[in-house]
Amino acid sequence: MLQTKSVVLDAQAIDRALIRITHEILETNKGAQDIALVGIVTRGDLLAADLAQRIKEIEGVAVPVGSLDISFYRDDVATHFSPELHTTTIPFSIEGKTIILVDDVLYTGRTIRAALDALMDFGRPSAIQLAVLVDRGHRELPIRADYVGKNVPSSKQEHVRFLLEPVDGRTSVEILQAAPGERIGSAPLGGES
Amino acid sequence: MALLLKNARCVDPSVGLDAVVDVLLRDGVIVELGCDLTVSKGETVDLVGKVLVPGLVDMHVHLREPGQEYKEDMQSGGRAAAKGGFTGVLAMPNTKPVVDTGARVSFLLEKAREVTRTRVYASGALSHGLGGEALSEMGDMIAAGALAFTDDGRGVQDDGMMRRAMDYAKMFKVPVLSHCQRESLVGAGVVNEGLVSTRLGLAGWPAAGEEVQIARDIALSELTGCALHIQHISTAGGVELLRRAKAAGLPVTAEVTPHHLFLSEDDLDETYNSNLKMNPPLRTKADCAALTAALIDGTIDCIATDHAPHAAHEKALEFELAPFGTTGLETALGLVLTHLVATGTLSWQTLVERMAHAARRILRIEPVRLQAGSIADLTVIDPEFNWMVTADGFVSKAKNSAFIGRELKGRASHVYVGGYASLDNGVVVV
Amino acid sequence: MGALSCEHVLNIQDLSNADIMLVLDTARSFKEVNERTIKKLPTLRGRTVVNLFLEPSTRTRTSFEIAAKRLSADGINMSPSTSATVKGESLVDTAQTLDAMDCDLVIIRHRYAGSPYVLTQNMRAHIINGGDGKHQHPTQALLDLFTIREKFGRFEGLEVGIVGDIAHSRVCGSLAPALTALGARVTVVAPPTLLPACPEALGADVSFELDPVLEKLDVVYMLRIQQERIEQSPLPTLREYARLYGIGTDRLARLKEEAIIMHPGPVNRGVELSSEAVDTARNLLLYQVNAGVAVRMALMYLLLGGDKDGLAA
Repeated sequence: MLQTKSVVLDAQAIDRALIRITHEILETNKGAQDIALVGIVTRGDLLAADLAQRIKEIEGVAVPVGSLDISFYRDDVATHFSPELHTTTIPFSIEGKTIILVDDVLYTGRTIRAALDALMDFGRPSAIQLAVLVDRGHRELPIRADYVGKNVPSSKQEHVRFLLEPVDGRTSVEILQAAPGERIGSAPLGGES
Repeated sequence: MALLLKNARCVDPSVGLDAVVDVLLRDGVIVELGCDLTVSKGETVDLVGKVLVPGLVDMHVHLREPGQEYKEDMQSGGRAAAKGGFTGVLAMPNTKPVVDTGARVSFLLEKAREVTRTRVYASGALSHGLGGEALSEMGDMIAAGALAFTDDGRGVQDDGMMRRAMDYAKMFKVPVLSHCQRESLVGAGVVNEGLVSTRLGLAGWPAAGEEVQIARDIALSELTGCALHIQHISTAGGVELLRRAKAAGLPVTAEVTPHHLFLSEDDLDETYNSNLKMNPPLRTKADCAALTAALIDGTIDCIATDHAPHAAHEKALEFELAPFGTTGLETALGLVLTHLVATGTLSWQTLVERMAHAARRILRIEPVRLQAGSIADLTVIDPEFNWMVTADGFVSKAKNSAFIGRELKGRASHVYVGGYASLDNGVVVV
Repeated sequence: MGALSCEHVLNIQDLSNADIMLVLDTARSFKEVNERTIKKLPTLRGRTVVNLFLEPSTRTRTSFEIAAKRLSADGINMSPSTSATVKGESLVDTAQTLDAMDCDLVIIRHRYAGSPYVLTQNMRAHIINGGDGKHQHPTQALLDLFTIREKFGRFEGLEVGIVGDIAHSRVCGSLAPALTALGARVTVVAPPTLLPACPEALGADVSFELDPVLEKLDVVYMLRIQQERIEQSPLPTLREYARLYGIGTDRLARLKEEAIIMHPGPVNRGVELSSEAVDTARNLLLYQVNAGVAVRMALMYLLLGGDKDGLAA
C-alpha cells in the first residue's frame, strides 16, 4: 500500500505551472504555427489536451493533439509486461511539424526514449520538444526536458505521482512511499513515476 | 527332481477343482494332488494365500524375431511372458522375413527352445509373404510345427483368396486366425470413427470396417468348414455376429485384448498418446461393455494380448505416423484380476477357462489340467499384490504400454513350465 | 507468465473467452500499427521466432513471417526443402535441435494432427499451432473472430454457417468451437461425404443443404474445396458441388442485408464462390488476410511479453 508522504504541487500550483509552460512553448516556437502536442498515455495525454486548450485560449489556434502508447517500444517488455494496451491516436501527419511530447513525470528517461522511437515510426518531425509537469531526477539516459513544471528532488524508493481530478478525485502531484517492509512493485505501463 | 507346491488354492474348472490342496510335480508332470503331502527328496514351496492354476497361454504375441530384435526378441519376449504369468505364447508370423515356410517355423521353434523357458508356439502366414494374394506353404509349416495360420497385421482383402486359404487350411485341421480389417473402409484410419476422430482431427477407423470382414469370414467358415478364430474383436456389432455364428454351430472362436476391454476412445485426448494407438482402435465405452459381457458369457473364448512391442523412438513419432499397438504380456493378468476378478465380474474358474484352457483348445495343444499325469505348466497368482504399471518396471525390451500409471492388484508370483520355474516369487528366472 | 492463461496455443480451447478477447483487443492496436507508413515495432527485439512449416503453405507462413518482422523479432523459416525432416529426422529430433538453439517461439504447420504437442514436450519455447493435419488452425480462427467482431461488434446470437469440406477442415475444427463458446450459433453445411463422423463434437448444428439455412445467416463462411480430395470422390463433380453449395448471383441476392461472406483462401473461383461473390463488398476475404497479421502479432506479443528469461519456463 502506498502512502502519501507529501504533496509537492497542489491544484493551484499545477495550474500556474501549466500557464507558464504554455507561454514558454509559444515563446520558444514564436507562436503556435506548425506545433502539435503528443501526450504519453496515461496522464501525459490528458496534460497535452489541457495544454492545447490553453494554447487555443491564448492564440486562438487549435493545435493538433495526439496520444501515444509506448508499450510496444519499452526496453523492458519482459519485466514490465502488462497486456493492457491503450490506443495510440495521432490523427495528423507529424511530418515537418514541431512535436511537443508531453508527459507527467520525467524520471529515468526510458519512457521518453521509447516515445521518441515510437514517434519516429510515424514520420519525420522537424523537431521534438519535451514538456513535463515534474522532473524528479535520477536520469539513466541523456535526456532533458525543454519545459518543466517543477523540479522535485526525490529518492529512488519513492514514487512521484500526478493525480488528476476526473480520474483520481483530486488534482495534485504527490510523493508516495511504500509502507515499511513493503516491496515496491513494477511501475504500471506508461507511468514512470 | 520333485517339487512340492503347498497350501495354494488350486482352481481348475476342467476337473471341477477349487480347493486348497498340495501339488507334487516330478519330471515335468503333476504326479499327485492331495492334502498334507510331503516330499523326502526335493524342494517345497509354500504358496499360502496364492492361487494355483493351469499355465496361462497368450495366443497373440509379436516377438519381433527375426528382423526387429531392437523392439523385442524371443528371449526378452519369453521373459516378459513369464513375468506376466504365461507359460506359453503363440508367435505371430509378421516378422522380417515373414514366417511363411517350414524352415522359418523351425528356426523360430529351435531358437525359442535355446533362449527361453517360456513355450513359444508358432503360427505361419496364411498368404505368401502376407501379401494376401497367394497361398503360403502351409503343409511345410505344419510339418515343422506350426499350429495356426494368420495374416495378422493385415486383413486378407480378396474374398476369393480368403476362401481358398480357408479351404486349404481345413485339411490340416488347424484354425485360421483372422485380423478383420476391410481396407477400403478403414483407409488411413487411426482411431475409432466417431466423436474422438472428429475432435482430434484424425482419420476414423469405423466399426463397420471390422464387422464387414468378420461377417465375411464367418460366411466363409460356413462355406469351407474351416475353423475360424477372430482376432482382437473390438466392437459390439462384431460380438453380435460372433454370437449368431456360434448359435448356428459354426466352428468360430474369438479373442479379446485387455486394451479393448479396459480402455476406450475416451482415453484419447489432446496429448495424442501414441501408446493408445491400436489396430483395431480403442472403441466406445459401450463396446467395452459388450466385450466384457461376451467374455463372461463365453461368446468370446479367450483373452489374448496382441503384445506389440515397439521402440521408444517409433512411438515418439506423430500419432498418425507412430506404429500401432501396446505391449500386453506383463499387464494382462493384473488388469483382469483388478478390473474383472476383484470386482466379482469374472469368477476364478472363468478366468482359468479364458486365459489358460481356451487358447490350448483353439490351437489343439495338449490340455493342462490340475490332475495327476498332466504336464506341469502352472501359473501361481498372488491376488493381493499391489503394484503400479511403470515404464521402468517392464522385462520386455519395449515400454510402449497403454497402461502406464495404472494401479493394479494381483499378479503372477510363480510360473512353472514343464515343472521348472520361469518365474520365482515375482522374479524372472531364465 | 505471460498475459494469457496458456503457455502455448495448440488448440483454440487453450484460450479462454477472456484470452480470446484480449488477443482481439491487442490485435486492434497492432492493426493500427499496420496502417502506419512505418509498420515496425521494436517490441520483440532479440527474440527468435521459428516458422517450422513442414507442410507447404504460403499464406499462413507469410503472415507469421510479416508479424514477426513487424515486431522486430528474428524470424527464421524452416520449410520442407530446408528442414531436416526430408532427411528422415524425426519431429522430436527437430524439436530438440531447435531447443538447443534457444528459440523463443515456434510456429508449426504440419500435416499430422497433434504434432504441436510433440514440440511442447521437447522444447522450452512457446508453441503456436499454425495448422495440424485435419485437427485445428487456431490463428485462422482468431483472425476470423477478429473480422466478425469488427463487423458486428458481438458474437452473441450471430448465425454462422460454415460451408464445405467440414470433414477435412482444421479451420472449422478451431472456428466452430470458438464461435460456439462465444455465444454464436454455428451450422455446418456439407454433404454427408464431407462431414466428420460426429459433427456435434464441434458444437455445431448440421445441414446437408445450404438453401434452407442461407437466409438466416449473418456470416457465410465458405471453405475451400480441395481438388485432391475430389479425387477420393466424396463428390461426383465440382460442377454439382457449385450447384448445391456454391455462392453465385442467385444466392448472393438472398443473403441478409448485413450478412458477410468469409473464406480462408485461396478461393476456387467458380466453385465455392462465383467471381461476383468474391469481388462483392460483402466478401471480407482480404480483410481477413489483413487482420491475420495483426492477430498473429498480438499472439506473439502476448506469449512472449513478460517472458523474463527469454525462454518459456
